[in-house]
Amino acid sequence: MWEHRAMSDTRDLVRLIAAHAGMEGALLPILHDVQHAFGCVDGEAEAEIAKALNLSRAEVHGVVSFYHDFTPQADPRPRVELCRAEACKARGVEAMVPAAEKAAGSQVQLKTVYCLGLCSAGPNARVGDTLHARLDEAALVALIEGAR
Amino acid sequence: MRVVRISDDALALACGADAVAAAFVAAGCTVERVSSWGMHWLEPLVEIDGIGYGPATPADVASILDGSSTKSIDLIAEHPFIASQQRLTFARAGRTRALSLDDYIATGGWTGFHRARAMAPDQVVAEVLASGLRGRGGAGFPAGIKWKTVADAPGDRKYIVCNADEGDSGTFADRMLMEGDPFQLIEGMAIAAYAVGAGQGYIYVRSEYPHAITKLRAAIDLAADFIAPFRLEVRVGAGAYVCGEETSLLNSIEGKRGEVRAKPPLPALKGLFGCPTVVNNVLTLAAIPHILTEGGASLYDSLGLDRSKGTMPIQLAGNIRHGGLYETAFGITLHALIHEVGGGTASGRPVKAVQVGGPLGAYIHPDRFDLPFAYEAYAGADALIGHGGVTVFDDTADMGRMARFAMEFCAAESCGKCTPCRIGSTRGVELIDRIRAGGRASADSVESLPQMHNARKAGRSRAEELQLLEDLCDVMQSGSLCALGGFTPYPVMSALRHWPEDFGT
Ligand SMILES: Cc1cc2nc3c(=O)[nH]c(=O)nc-3n(C[C@H](O)[C@H](O)[C@H](O)COP(=O)(O)O)c2cc1C
Ligand code: SF4
Ligand code: FES
Repeated sequence: MWEHRAMSDTRDLVRLIAAHAGMEGALLPILHDVQHAFGCVDGEAEAEIAKALNLSRAEVHGVVSFYHDFTPQADPRPRVELCRAEACKARGVEAMVPAAEKAAGSQVQLKTVYCLGLCSAGPNARVGDTLHARLDEAALVALIEGAR
Repeated sequence: MRVVRISDDALALACGADAVAAAFVAAGCTVERVSSWGMHWLEPLVEIDGIGYGPATPADVASILDGSSTKSIDLIAEHPFIASQQRLTFARAGRTRALSLDDYIATGGWTGFHRARAMAPDQVVAEVLASGLRGRGGAGFPAGIKWKTVADAPGDRKYIVCNADEGDSGTFADRMLMEGDPFQLIEGMAIAAYAVGAGQGYIYVRSEYPHAITKLRAAIDLAADFIAPFRLEVRVGAGAYVCGEETSLLNSIEGKRGEVRAKPPLPALKGLFGCPTVVNNVLTLAAIPHILTEGGASLYDSLGLDRSKGTMPIQLAGNIRHGGLYETAFGITLHALIHEVGGGTASGRPVKAVQVGGPLGAYIHPDRFDLPFAYEAYAGADALIGHGGVTVFDDTADMGRMARFAMEFCAAESCGKCTPCRIGSTRGVELIDRIRAGGRASADSVESLPQMHNARKAGRSRAEELQLLEDLCDVMQSGSLCALGGFTPYPVMSALRHWPEDFGT
């Protein structure tokens, strides 16, 4: 898991960027690594990356803000991603959303995603790299409470 | 010691396969982790000497081992769901370990590649053309023509890009293939590289597929010597649906915003980093090794219906009793897929609607379940087969709400390049809300502003709002650069046509 960013992290940032030196199309891999290490890609990181790749800060910001996976601010709360795309809707996910939101409260980020590729076995959710299928309301609530 | 086979496919894991595997190990068995047979309602599916048991929990281990389990389905290979399929691309599903080169070679792996490399590159392209293979990513463009364009394009730097973004809801065949048989995709890409003269390949996988990413990276390491000098790398998407569109995907690999590019130039001529590039879906490339085996192309060409040749890995999803992967020759009807293969809805209620082809696909009414699964047949019915996802809804579905969601999804995922999609989708959500609320009595706050000279100041009846929605869909369909804005009207208008009662009165 990532930690809160401190000044001393700047060195890590530089190292993360340097690890992709010479790579074709290095920006996305770098952004993934930064997001993973720091929980966000903030303005400071954008500036550092821009410098290393000889891009303008605006170009980097344009890319960061385009993709759902990159966030400008870190959110230290645990995250549960719930699929609300068509196949999971067909299996009843919408009726479970109010209970899920209540269970999440302000302690858990409940994020909507569109499809986890488990569409024959929904409703489905993801916590980190762990997937959960065939959720009913009780199981989803337990999952969210367990993530806290 | 008894050998127990359990899948390590993401869906099996999500249904608890690891705990079941651990329980068998604790009981003294040898557990082999294999790919998934694609019978998703039975996962975790346990296989011992060909006999299947599922869905298994750790509590079932003792009864499975002593033969008293009631969860037996007998021989898996003879189960009607499997026996009635014609598996070419998924021939190994359930039968091999994903990362075992021995298993791969023992089941014919690299045969197509060796044969291809003994041929001239243009002969390889000719065989792909002769097979009739069309792109499985959605548009159905003939793979051989694309390859020929890249092969003939000038330039010594060329790329093979595999589109593994699989953003369509209701689809999972790419994921299953990457997790279950990654060498087959690698072999297909290596054949493509040889045919068109490419030195570097990328597989662009969506970030929602962490297991596929891990498996692919491991498989590429293991296969590096086989495919050299061709080099292959996985690139990970970042949660944008539109990056499945090929030019947006190329921008994304280049490290840019995933905005759609105008065509021409075609990616085949000016693609990744401006170089000639083959962009093909996972299933297109994974079909190649079979096609390149002796007689493979003519077999492929002999299957299917009209110009839809070969087999299609169809994905049965949503509210269906027997969901999973069903590969069969083109031509099968929805009726057969849903009622005979799929066993009807999981809820046991009547089928109300089926969405074929992901979030941009039309909702099909049971009246049309005789439609044969083929590109032209669907196009003729204002529908699309897309990536082969079939999502079933029972009679509790609110189609007005699904139409609204289609617009909402388009608004959330639009790349923003063109107005009908970027703005039209948001206006579409509002319009559908107003239609469902029965029209509105007066102009809204923006329309009432003095500077909105052309805005109508009076209210609009429900009938007028409906006309406006039709007009909006018309503009989106004809004025959008790519299929995100251009096809969102399919689910919206099909829902409105077939289930007007779900749009209020
Ligand atoms: C919005 C949008 C999303 C798409 N998503 C995918 C996708 O996830 N996977 C895919 O293979 N093709 C997708 N496509 C189709 C690709 O643009 C392209 O046609 C395909 O990758 C070509 O490969 P094929 O000929 O092998 O099908 C999408 C198209 C659009 C307009
Ligand atoms: S239709 Fe939408 S997603 Fe496609 S190019 Fe236009 S704005 Fe982008
Ligand atoms: S629609 Fe929910 S996992 Fe695919």
